[in-house]
Formats: sequence, C-alpha cells, structure tokens
Amino acid sequence: MLTRRIIPCLDVRAGRVVKGVRFRDHIDMGDIVELARRYRDAGADELVFYDITASPEGRVTDVGWVERVARELDIPFCVAGGIRGVEQARAVLHAGADKISVNSPALQRPALIDELAAAFGVQCVVVGIDSLRDADGEWRVRVNSGDPTRSQALPRRTLDWIVEAQQRGAGEIVLNCMGSDGVRTGYDIEQLQAARALCRVPLVASGGAGACAHFIEVFRAADVDAALAASVFHAGNIAIPELKQALATAGIEVRP
Amino acid sequence: MSAGVPDVVLVEAGGTNIGSLRYALQRLGVDAELSSDAARIRAATHVILPGVGAAAPGMRRLRDAGLVEILRGLRQPVLGVCLGMQLLFEHSAEGDTPCLGLLPGRVGLLAGDHQVRIPHMGWNALTIVRDDPLLAGLPQAAYAYFVHGYAAAPGACTLASTTHGVAFSAVVRQGNVCGMQFHPERSAMVGARLLQNFLGL
Repeated sequence: MLTRRIIPCLDVRAGRVVKGVRFRDHIDMGDIVELARRYRDAGADELVFYDITASPEGRVTDVGWVERVARELDIPFCVAGGIRGVEQARAVLHAGADKISVNSPALQRPALIDELAAAFGVQCVVVGIDSLRDADGEWRVRVNSGDPTRSQALPRRTLDWIVEAQQRGAGEIVLNCMGSDGVRTGYDIEQLQAARALCRVPLVASGGAGACAHFIEVFRAADVDAALAASVFHAGNIAIPELKQALATAGIEVRP
Repeated sequence: MSAGVPDVVLVEAGGTNIGSLRYALQRLGVDAELSSDAARIRAATHVILPGVGAAAPGMRRLRDAGLVEILRGLRQPVLGVCLGMQLLFEHSAEGDTPCLGLLPGRVGLLAGDHQVRIPHMGWNALTIVRDDPLLAGLPQAAYAYFVHGYAAAPGACTLASTTHGVAFSAVVRQGNVCGMQFHPERSAMVGARLLQNFLGL
C-alpha cells in the first residue's frame, strides 16, 4: 500500500538553509547537504528545497547546490523557486532534482505548466499554491508570497486554480494555507478537504503543523497524500522517527 | 577493467534522471560511464537504461541514436529503470508505442479514482513473488519510491509486485534483462541493495 509522506521543507537563500519568521529576519541554519543528510537519516520521505529569494528577484535558482544534494541524497527531492521556463527546469532536473515546483510564475503565465508537463512528463511537475481566505469567505491565491513587500493578492479562486493546474499537467499540488502558516495550530482542514474533493493527483498539505496530532488529523480528515512542514522540524519540536511512530500507532500507513 | 569490478554504462538517450543514477552507483563505488556509443555499450559488463518522461519520445531517442538493435542484442545484464523498464516490454499504451520487446507483456495506464491518485507517487511496499539473486537481502517490509502513471501487469517475468489500485510489476527479470519500475537511486537502503544485487549478476 502507498504510504503517506512526511516532507520537511528547507528554505534556501544564497546556497544556505535559512529560517525566517513571517518571511523576514532570516537566520542561517547551516549547510544544505548536511541538513539534507540529517533529515534523510531521520526518515524523511522526501525533501523540498525552496529558494525563497528566487521568484521575487526574478532569477532562477543556482544549480550548483542541486547537484551537491543529488550526489548525497538517496531519497527524492523537489526544487522550488523562480523556475519560469523549460530550459531553467531542465537545468534543475539535469542537476539531479526529481521534481520541480512552480508557484508565482505559473500564476503569471499558466501555459508554463503545459510546457513543463510536455517536456518532462506530469510526474516531474509540482504546482505550489499559496492561498488565503478573503473577507468574503473565498480562498484566493497569492503571488510572490516569499517577499512581503511584493506579495500580491490575485482575483483567482484557489479551488479554480487547483482544477486548472491539473488540466494543464500538474502531477502534484502543494497547497500552502497561509492563514495557518507558521502559527503551529494545525493544518487548515476545511480548505484541504475542499481541495481534496477536486484533486485527482497527489495533494500535499502545507502550513500549520505544530504537533504530531496535527499530522494525524490532516491525513485522517483531509485525506492528503503528504504533509509538508518546516519550522517544527527545524526547531526540533517534532522528531520524524517519533512522528512516524505516532502515525503508525494511529493506523496511518507510513514508511518505517 | 580489473576482474570483479563491473564496467557499467548508462545509456544516454536524453532521460533526465541519468545524473541521479550515476551518483547512486558512485555511492556504491562504481563510476558508470554515460554513453550512446554502440561499441561502448556492447563492451560494458552491465548496461542500465534510465528514463523519465514518455514512452514515444523515449523510443524515438533510442531509434535516433541507433540503439534499438544494439539493446536487443545485448547478452550482459541489462537494467531498465522506471520508463527504461517499460521500454523493455513489447508495447506501451502511452502514445500507443511499440517498445523493445525484450520482455513479454504490455504496459498500460494505471486506472485512478478518488482514492487511487495518479501519478502513483511515493513509497510503496514490494511484495516478493519469486526468489531471485536480484532480490537478495531485501528486508521483510521493503519500500521503494515510485513516480509513474503507467505500469506492466504482473506476468511470468515478475519478481516483485506492488499494489496501487491494482497489482503491477515492480521488479522484473528474464535471463539477463531486468527492470525496476521504481527509482532505486531514490529508494534509500532498499534501492542501494537492489542496485548492488544487479551489479553482482
């Protein structure tokens, strides 16, 4: 049986792993390869490296560190950040990434998803979505949320974008619920359930993990395929072996 | 080539995961060469056919490189990985593509529904169907990392199967021709063991 995945997300800036508080005040966390190795050894099922400065600055991620990670790592990893075209994606995939994730550039030019799927197959193409509930009760997408000075709300409804992204060739959706991001009070179950109902491809929950119980809840209640988290893993609040044990005890299939 | 050290060639025909496989072999102490040269491929002790993407362009690249008959004529151990494994069969439903025909059977689309999400993406269990040196030393609960939407139904050459909605072939072997539907280079210790086993054939 296919197991549910636990995915630590590492924010990368200028070739180092950093930690930010509400996307500001980045603290250096250490060398990318060393942290990647530590998470692999702890039992992470997959890693996401998110180049937090690439998209707002309009540049593509430097592939040198991607190759260093690929040499070392024997679990899959995805690279996100600033990929705007097929050739940039190719460079990242050739450096050894297993998947590429597009967010703001896909919103600005949705045909990017079609082009990436045609060039590399849907299995490589992850669409990341930053979503926030507006005053009228609708969830809508945000662009450039990595930079608070350039972050922007778009009129596009999150659920519409989930449908369109799949039609265009997304092989996986990562839904980052910004309202719960960084506050550690649990995943946004309501929004993830709404997304799940429209999602035929794997769905990854992001934003809000603060305790093992939150992971159990999101797999049970929202039936997501994977749960992504950053700060709780980096700060050591949750150790992956204990998390996996708690999930297994709760009857959720995980890779031991 | 010194005795006992495998001389591995990765068939270079435009797949994107070729670097990852090469690094996985390096972690096992083997420096594989990337090549599309017929003589070089024929001279190798072990040949690996990687591949990510779709069947039709995959076969087209092999044809354009003049490698179809070369691959069909190999007698040393050959390993197809992911799409590379699918190309070893007779035919793929992906793009209605005639394949290499080194293994009996056809590759079909995995059927998805609301519970069975396609592509099949993530770690799934291997169920051993038939003992073989290729599977030596696998733990009871062996998980491998899959990313694919097409698969071959279990058949005479299936050594291990995996279930995602339906059961399909995860590891296959017939004589010198082997295949792994998952990515051994991204399947942690299980993948490393399977690659090591292949190099020992």
